[in-house]
This record gives sequence, C-alpha cells and structure tokens, in this order.
Amino acid sequence: MTKQLTPEEIVKSFKDEFETKIKYARIEKHIAGTKKNELIHIWMSVDRSVFKNVVKHLMTLEEYPHLAVTSGYDTGKTIELVYHFSIYFGVRYREISLNITVELPKSNPTIETITDLIPGALITEQEKQEMLGIKVKGIPKDKRVFISDDFPKGVYPWRKDETGPEKMARNLHEVKK
Amino acid sequence: MIPEATTKTTYQLPIGPIHPALKEPVAFEFEIDGERIVDVNVSLGQVHRSVEWAGMRRNPIQILYLAERICGICSYCHPMAFALAVERVAGIEVPERADYLRVIQAELERICSHILWAGVAAHEIGFDSVLFLTWQMREKALDLTEYLTGNRVTKAITMIGGVRRDITKDMVPKVTETLNYFKDNFEKLRHIFLDDKTFKMRSQGVGILTKEDALRLCACGPTTRASGVKKDVRLDQPYFAFGDLDFDYVTPDVLTGEVNGDVYDRIIVRLLEVKQSIGLIEQCLDKMPAGDIVSEPKIPKLLATLKKAKGEGIGRMEAPRGEVFHYVKLDENEYPYSWKVRAPTYNNIMPWIPMLRGEQIADIPIVAASTDPCMSCTNRVAVVDNGKKYVLDKEELHRLSVEKTRRLMA
Repeated sequence: MTKQLTPEEIVKSFKDEFETKIKYARIEKHIAGTKKNELIHIWMSVDRSVFKNVVKHLMTLEEYPHLAVTSGYDTGKTIELVYHFSIYFGVRYREISLNITVELPKSNPTIETITDLIPGALITEQEKQEMLGIKVKGIPKDKRVFISDDFPKGVYPWRKDETGPEKMARNLHEVKK
Repeated sequence: MIPEATTKTTYQLPIGPIHPALKEPVAFEFEIDGERIVDVNVSLGQVHRSVEWAGMRRNPIQILYLAERICGICSYCHPMAFALAVERVAGIEVPERADYLRVIQAELERICSHILWAGVAAHEIGFDSVLFLTWQMREKALDLTEYLTGNRVTKAITMIGGVRRDITKDMVPKVTETLNYFKDNFEKLRHIFLDDKTFKMRSQGVGILTKEDALRLCACGPTTRASGVKKDVRLDQPYFAFGDLDFDYVTPDVLTGEVNGDVYDRIIVRLLEVKQSIGLIEQCLDKMPAGDIVSEPKIPKLLATLKKAKGEGIGRMEAPRGEVFHYVKLDENEYPYSWKVRAPTYNNIMPWIPMLRGEQIADIPIVAASTDPCMSCTNRVAVVDNGKKYVLDKEELHRLSVEKTRRLMA
C-alpha cells in the first residue's frame, strides 16, 4: 500500500494533477468525544471533463476507495452531483471522507460512468438517471431501479423545474372523496 | 438422462418483489440449472416511498421523526445520521455527556438488531427453537429500550445538538441488570450458533463473498467485515464518543484465525459484535461525564438557528447492518435544499450476486438473510418453467430449506 497522505497533501495532489479544473477544495475538521478526535471531510468541486480522471487519481491514493453513494440536486440552471468517497479505512482515526461535486448543465446533463473502476457504483448511477434525468454514458445496465416501470417518462422526482413531480403530488385535503 | 439438443438446460426463477427473507422488497431473477444457481439479476425499488422528497418539505426537526420511520430496526441510526449532518452544517456543538448517551442508544440498537437477526437466520434453516430463544432475549433489549426512551420501536430520542432523555443514576442498575442478563446468556447463544453441527453444515462454505469483491462492490457493515475488510465507521472516523472507548474491528479471524467470507463468518461477526456492544455500553456508563444532554433545549430557538444555516454536510454512522449515510444541504431556508439517505442495504445488494452464484435454491433464504437485509414477511415466489407459471409460496421455499437441513443431518 502506498503512503497515507495528510488531507492537505491530498488536496495538493489533486490540484497539482488537475490545476484549474479543480474549482474549489476545502478541508473541514470536526471534533467528537471528550478526547476531541478529529473527523476530516474534504469537499472538492471538479470540472466534468476531468471527473473520471479524478476518480482514477483517487485510486492511486487508495486501491479500493469506498463509494458510499452519489447525492444530487437541481440548482436551477445546472444539476450537481456529489460523489461521497472515503479512503484510508481500516486503521483507527485515519479514514478521510472525500466529497467530489460535479456540475452538469441542464442542456447536456451527461457524465461518464465509473462502474468500470468501481463496480459498486451501478445502483447509485441508475438512481441518479431516473431521479434527476441525467444520462450516465456507458452504464452497463440502463434500466430503472427504484421507480416502477409504469411511472410516467420525463418526470424526474428530484428536479425543481417543470420536469419535477409537483403536478403529480396532491394534498390529502384537496382530494375529493 | 441425456438432454435433447433442443431442450433448454436452464430456467428462470424470479423471487420477490416481496419475500420472507428480504426486508426491503427486492426482486431477484435467478437463472437455474437443476438445483444450482447459474446467474442472478437483482432489481430494486418496489416500495419507494419518496421519503427524501417529503423531507424537502419539512423543517429539520420534523425530518427527525420522518427519518425515524425509514426503518423500524434502525429507527435510531437514521435520525441520528441526519442530526450529525445538520450539526456539521450549522456548526452546533454537542455536549460531551450527550455524545456518551448517543453511544449507549446506538449500541443497544445494535444488540437488539443482531439478536433479532440471529433468530431469523435460525428460522431460515428450520431451527425454530433457536428463534424463540433469541427473540426471548431480544424482548429484554426492547424492555430496556422502552425504559430508556419511552418507546420500543420508534425511539424519538434524537435531537439536533444532543438527545432528549438522560440516563440518571437511579436508572443505571436496570441497565446493568439487563446487560448482565445478556452476558449470562451469551455463552448459550455462542454455543448454539458456532458449535452446532446443523448450523455449521448449512453455513460453512455457503454464500462466499471474497475480500476483493467486498471492496470492489463497496459492501459495508458485518457483510464486508466477515470477508476480512476492516471497515467500521465507529473506528475509522470515530463520531460521538467512540474515539474515547476501547474496542477493535471485529473480523472472523479474531475467533477462528481465518477468513472465509461465508455465512458462518457473518454469524461470527454479528455474535462477537453483540458482546462488543455490551462492553461499549458498560464503558460508557463508567466514563460518562456530567453535564447537559442537549446544546439548545428551546426548539424554536434551535429552528431559528437552523434557518440561518447555509452549506452542506454529511452524517455517517455505523448502523447494525453497516454504514448509514446522510447528506444534507441547507440554504438559509426553513426546509433543507437537498437530503440524501443511504441505508446500508443499498450497498449490500450488489454483493448478493457473487454470493448466490453457484449455490442451491434451498440456500437462497439463508444466503440472502446473511447480509441482514431489512426483513419483513409474506409473499410468494413464481417459478416460470417452460413458459408455464406456477407459484412457490413462502411456506414452500421455507420447506425446501428445512428439508435440506434434514437431508444433511440424516
């Protein structure tokens, strides 16, 4: 196994590798317990064009980075995905959480799959496709996963625009008995 | 008999969407050759309840109670992971005593969940007397939960910035009494699960998940630890007061000296974790400092603070089944801008595929149950054989599993 880097070194290694394609990076430190041990969360925003290389670079730091899940939300003009990785688990107090944000324009909301690097990413990629209406290029199983097949096409539950589910939701007091 | 060239040698066996061995409805499509599973396909999402969508229309305090209803067994982990995420966004510091109280509740939930799982696993292979024994023990854990929180299932103990109820001095004897009861009965449980011939026959060498697969498929919790991966958020990135306590990763080699990644190893990990949890609660009772149990007891004031908060945060917790992960984004509004919930089973679905490949139909219940997916009951299995469809109900599949146990014992 390669040497474990400090959070500052991790951020630096990404910045050296991808330069301006890393839009911002910040290190958050939280404390817990009476011994005040530190929890380290790194937040980074990367350009879509280098995203896959960022994941490849991450895999040079830790052979099998753990992908917890991908979050995502609609910001109006864009869709942002947040990939929650963690590395250096297995040694007490050493794990570092890495949250990588990628911005996708709504006019072309596509991103490359990472299932060839991390096979465990499949379900979360499928979920993002159906919930946010993005397209994952090269996804091995292009099917719905959480939403049933009879759910209308072109409605994306997590969108906040006209493709969102608002018109499908009704308040109980408005329903005529 | 030599099959004719035109005969298809494999057939399809769909299991689910709802099935006794699966808590969350999941549909499996098995490719079967005789008794052996050739391939598995998993599809999810039969009861998506739009909890996240509903959460974006509620304030953070209301979400605590919504999050509690995501899962009946992890009814403490979900709101707590959400609270952790919100505290990190809003910069709320949790009092030290609350950190300890949070550990006690988390470990009690783990004991409850693992003992419940042990019973279900015994039931799956037709060992129902063990089911009754374990659930009798679980009853004690539920009684203690009720004593400490006022509720048996949805505990309503979480508050952003702390917990809602203290454990006072006069409550400690009852906690110690229950813990002693577990310690007295633990040996019995260990003997049944780890030394019994029937259990060994049905669980050793079955449903193997290799270390590499566990890592590549991002498995979590006891499922991944049983494959020898040291991954436990309590130790990796200690939250609450876990950083102060003395404990270590539980992998099967602690007991047997080797890692096989089979069902037996997953039983070992869970059993040892029950023992570990008892120890952790005892340590907490010893070390717990005096002080406040919540940073801001006035709810309207807390809500006003949260309304001004802006940013994003994550809350990670080691639930009984693995890591619970919550992501929250606040934008100076009454309701959160975004909320993502990731339950441990979400990541433990993919590992089912390598686990089940090559096993027998009768092993499906115990292998599927061995990752401890959220369990509930009822439903049926439809077997499609040469286009003719007939239905295997819950009892039938259970009977197949019991028969296999009998066959092995004979």
